[in-house]
Amino acid sequence: MGIPATIRDDFPILRQRVNGKPLVYLDSASTSQKPRQVIEAVVRYYEEYNANIHRGVYSIAERATAEYEAARAKVARFLGAAEPAEIVFTRNVTEALNLVAYAWGRRHIGPGDEILLTEMEHHSDLVPWQLLAQERGARLRHIPFDDQGRLILAGLDRLITARTKIVSVVHVSNTFGTVNPVAEIARAAHARGALVVVDGAQSAPHRRVDVRGLGADFYGFTGHKMLAPMGTGGLWARRALLEEMDPFLGGGEMISDVWLDRATWNEVPWKFEAGTQDVGGAIGLGAAVDYLERLGMEAVEAHEREITAYALRRLREAEIPGLTVLGPGIDDRGGVVSFVIDGVHPHDISQVLDTEGICVRAGHHCTKPLHRKLGLGASVRASFYVYTIKEEIDILARALLKTRELFRVAG
Amino acid sequence: MSLDDLYRDVILDHYSHPRNKGTVEGATVTREGANPLCGDEIRLSLVVRDGVVQDVRFDGKGCSISQASASMMTERIKGRGVQEAGRLIAAFKAMMRGEAAGEEMGDLEALQGVRKFPVRVKCATLGWLTLEGALEEAAR
Repeated sequence: MGIPATIRDDFPILRQRVNGKPLVYLDSASTSQKPRQVIEAVVRYYEEYNANIHRGVYSIAERATAEYEAARAKVARFLGAAEPAEIVFTRNVTEALNLVAYAWGRRHIGPGDEILLTEMEHHSDLVPWQLLAQERGARLRHIPFDDQGRLILAGLDRLITARTKIVSVVHVSNTFGTVNPVAEIARAAHARGALVVVDGAQSAPHRRVDVRGLGADFYGFTGHKMLAPMGTGGLWARRALLEEMDPFLGGGEMISDVWLDRATWNEVPWKFEAGTQDVGGAIGLGAAVDYLERLGMEAVEAHEREITAYALRRLREAEIPGLTVLGPGIDDRGGVVSFVIDGVHPHDISQVLDTEGICVRAGHHCTKPLHRKLGLGASVRASFYVYTIKEEIDILARALLKTRELFRVAG
Repeated sequence: MSLDDLYRDVILDHYSHPRNKGTVEGATVTREGANPLCGDEIRLSLVVRDGVVQDVRFDGKGCSISQASASMMTERIKGRGVQEAGRLIAAFKAMMRGEAAGEEMGDLEALQGVRKFPVRVKCATLGWLTLEGALEEAAR
């Protein structure tokens, strides 16, 4: 079963016009749009049972707690976790990765230890490890990528050493769109006793993820890229691993008992959920998972593959002078197409596209080292999701020709 | 919002044919400016002697607005007194805030249209803020 043609009716924002043109939203890798089923779930929480969780004994507090924990169970099932307790809610994948670096890394990583990343990581999977490495005197190493934006695994045996404690890899590159062979990397890491962290920001929304089959020890994801509200996301790890970790943030809810000079910790996952959580957001995330499960992740992936293949072909056939697409062919690519046009800066491209109602990302997409290696300051990124249609790709291709024309006349 | 407000002919002309591009040999002061959000970069090299900007060149990469603004700026301040350049910087910043410039802006007025696109104002001012830093350095 494919994605129903009526899907766009579920997304109120897609009905509007921008600058007099229909909104063409091609920036889902930044954040996805939200279906009314998710918006309504959040509104229902605030209108019917807004209360703090795990505290009140009154009815609406119990309902809030039950719905919050039900959302956790939905996410756990969605990602293939063994049980809901393996899912820690965070604000986003950035917080999830920081949690691992802080709560696991500070205890286990010492001077001379190595942390292996890749050259295509998002800043959120670079900077937390840089902070940790500086503090602990550890060494950062990086798996390089080739001119197609694919990881070069030939030297992996040399990059993973007896000192390697963590290998952290982006599952799907937010710039190249490359789907990385995480399972293969995980096998090599585990053979040397290293743990594997997977940045799932661009995979959880777009394909069936089985965290255990993937070979991950930690898997971080972001809710707002998968139809859920802003400020939602989480971390998966096995219960035993979460249990032996130190807490991340201290405060209410994460404790078992507190004295003036010490405290003991709550059970997982609540040990990592200090303070009042974004309950409405989590419930919205649960509704987003319901929505995606109804579509079927296989259908989601197939739809995006079709759109992405169409985009690659359409951009090629449009013969836009000076256009270069970054990243691999369709076989190794998720729903992301980044490109540059010789002689027209990405910001100028994005500005012209905006007047056509088209939303694309222009800049370094939080992958500055990747762009630096390519000798680029910035690129343009079009990214797709369940609601993207081929007509939008046609509009993009025509607008790019117009952009090229505007700047050629000037030259 | 019309694109013509932003991409005026004079701006596109400076973008495709930048004036004073490169590096001044024997520069007395050099200065780099960057807009970390979008990655635009400007490098200025100047010969400042006897209170006068004797020579100035810019290099860098970035969008049409940042590069054209820098190009127009070098054209305007080359051979002018440091104090006059300082007044022009203040006038340009005022213009980009939507205030009265208080100076004859000439071609630079073309950049006024950028104000309608708030995200791009930083592109237009990048070269000017870099120049401001360079002149402060030269005065030390």
